[in-house]
Amino acid sequence: MATTADSFQAHTDDHAHDADHKPGFFARWFMSTNHKDIGTLYLIFAIMAGIVGGAISGIMRMELAEPGIQYLQWWAEFMGGTPDFDTSLHMWNVFITAHGLIMVFFMVMPAMIGGFGNWFVPLMIGAPDMAFPRMNNISFWLTVAGFVSLLFSLFVPGGTGPGAGVGWTVYAPLSTTGSTGPAVDFAIFSLHLAGAGSILGATNFITTIFNMRAPGMTLHKMPLFVWSVLVTAFLLLLALPVLAAAITMLITDRNFGTTFFDPAGGGDPVLYQHLFWFFGHPEVYIMILPGFGMISQIVSTFSRKPVFGYLGMAYAMVAIGVVGFVVWAHHMYTVGLDVNTKMYFTAATMVIAVPTGVKIFSWIATMWGGSIEFKSPMVWAIGMIFLFTVGGVTGVYLANGGVDDVVHDTYFVVAHFHYVLSMGAVFSMFAGFYYWFPKMSGRMHSELLSHLHFWGFFIGVNVLFFPQHFLGLQGMPRRYPDYADAYAYWNEISSFGYTIMALSMIFFFVNIVYAFVAGKKAADNPWGEGATTLEWTLSSPPPFHQFETLPVIEDHHTAHDHMSKPATA
Amino acid sequence: MTAATLETRKNRTALLAFGGALAMLGLGYAAVPLYELFCQVTGFGGTTQRASESDAAVAERLGASAGGRTISIRFDGTTAGDVPWSFRPEQVTDTVTIGQRDMAIYLAKNNSDETITGTATFNVEPEQAGAYFNKIQCFCFTEQVLEPGQEVRMPVLYFVDPKALDDPNMEGVEQITLSYTFHRALDSAE
Repeated sequence: MATTADSFQAHTDDHAHDADHKPGFFARWFMSTNHKDIGTLYLIFAIMAGIVGGAISGIMRMELAEPGIQYLQWWAEFMGGTPDFDTSLHMWNVFITAHGLIMVFFMVMPAMIGGFGNWFVPLMIGAPDMAFPRMNNISFWLTVAGFVSLLFSLFVPGGTGPGAGVGWTVYAPLSTTGSTGPAVDFAIFSLHLAGAGSILGATNFITTIFNMRAPGMTLHKMPLFVWSVLVTAFLLLLALPVLAAAITMLITDRNFGTTFFDPAGGGDPVLYQHLFWFFGHPEVYIMILPGFGMISQIVSTFSRKPVFGYLGMAYAMVAIGVVGFVVWAHHMYTVGLDVNTKMYFTAATMVIAVPTGVKIFSWIATMWGGSIEFKSPMVWAIGMIFLFTVGGVTGVYLANGGVDDVVHDTYFVVAHFHYVLSMGAVFSMFAGFYYWFPKMSGRMHSELLSHLHFWGFFIGVNVLFFPQHFLGLQGMPRRYPDYADAYAYWNEISSFGYTIMALSMIFFFVNIVYAFVAGKKAADNPWGEGATTLEWTLSSPPPFHQFETLPVIEDHHTAHDHMSKPATA
Repeated sequence: MTAATLETRKNRTALLAFGGALAMLGLGYAAVPLYELFCQVTGFGGTTQRASESDAAVAERLGASAGGRTISIRFDGTTAGDVPWSFRPEQVTDTVTIGQRDMAIYLAKNNSDETITGTATFNVEPEQAGAYFNKIQCFCFTEQVLEPGQEVRMPVLYFVDPKALDDPNMEGVEQITLSYTFHRALDSAE
């Protein structure tokens, strides 16, 4: 995937050059059609949403630090409700709802797909921009509008108190007859907006990747990050409309007298769960697949070796995507599925461990015998591989219908999905951030601060989430603000872990400030000969418009000889 | 390749993608009738079956040839919170011969001073019995109107399909619970 000529290199310092003509501030950032600017907007948006979502989890860990209800009354009053017991408990539901929706739809998805996807898919395939730059802009602002709608829902009545207290799954009948007031409508509307934005974005990525690859870049020569975004885009395109259908049915059940999920009119609340999880399971792969792609690039770069088993890695992601659509009911083992159905969903779910295992194996095999450099992106990548595997193992455990009957809706499940998301997805995002930050900003971040951030975060999240396995196995249920005294010990430790994690984030923000204030100027390719993809052939930051002369990927250059000296054209 | 063909190819890909998304949206809605159909056909989730008189006659002969085994049926009746009726089976359990048709009676009384139209939802436990529990006649097939204070006896004519004896999943099932819940029919809800 290395480029073959230097002739198309452009440089930012060449202001006279057409490629670097930028519009004014307002037009550039509010009417943007440039994939790099939109990517930057997505990343800033995701960081801000992440701060909100992370702060909410801080409120929750504070409340859970000891048994009893300590702070929820105050929050109920603060948010404009009455400080009585029911409203306090409702506030808890509002917090878990907001945390889940923000982290899934407004932090992970915008950062991975909108941010890194927008920035690097066109660069890596040698395209001048996305296929539909204006649609790209619409996708971003729809996501912002969705976030505003979700935040707005916090301040309007949601039944028992202000805000939508329905969980990120928005199960009926709690979300229909169980929550009067407009809050849930606003929360659902926010999903409509974010979903529409993502569907447009997915279409854009598919069109770009299928039609705008540089001459000679066949599908089987695409960098794995591009493969991961391609598979993710297909998952988005096929899963999100089903969510749209399900939540539109919720809206009409709530407001227009339909009974899709109301038994009184012949409906069935379990149908909502089927529809939701038909979307919801592909959604968890949407959140992790781009991370897989980034990890592949990073591990290869810092091992100075091409990815082990390139085709296997690409098709493992395709397989995960395909099988991900036929395992949804493993989220619903306790709704009363019969034994045969459970058996099927258990087996199908476990099958996913095979392509996932292929990926983990190939990352390790890529490192094997490589000339490994422990630069900041690499430590985050290795951390991700380790912690995602821990979450994967508990995933195989939970896939068993019989075992799930015992641990369903306990903290064991919470621990599991935070290991794959809060560690798998988030570690890969930080890895990607430190990997591409010099390219995006043109400044080097501090390796020391990045490593401090890594170690603080690594220790913090493990202290935070590992004890939740114990709590779950001891039977502590999810979604409750209070618990029996027996659970106090590990809960206190878990909240302590949150504090470590939160403090480590200081290093992250200081690091960004440091890079812009005092960071060294980044070279075109700061990571050395292991970084072979096309973005490293451009200046750092890349010119406003790139690849006006398309790069040519020579025929003899296959995915298997990244290290070979490029032939000069 | 010229710029025009790239435009065409991009538009074609995007249209296909949007078409796929629209198809999935349609499929989401199609899931509603399909799910109902699926449950009716397979008895999934304890959905009971409807049978005709002639089906019942066939089942009776088959049941007799299978040795006339019996099974216990438990009846359960509840009402949704906004239906002020008392609703209960006349007899809580009954033992029937598999294949033999039997009638159960539910008693319902409207305790309020308004006319209420109710509609009953139903299923059976254990769920794998749904495919073998056949109703020939049932008050749940239609809406029931009860005047203030009115009391009615509501019959269910049913049989258990002898095919249940061949299903390994039905081994060890000694009792089937038939459960009804009365909801307000939507047109009579306030």
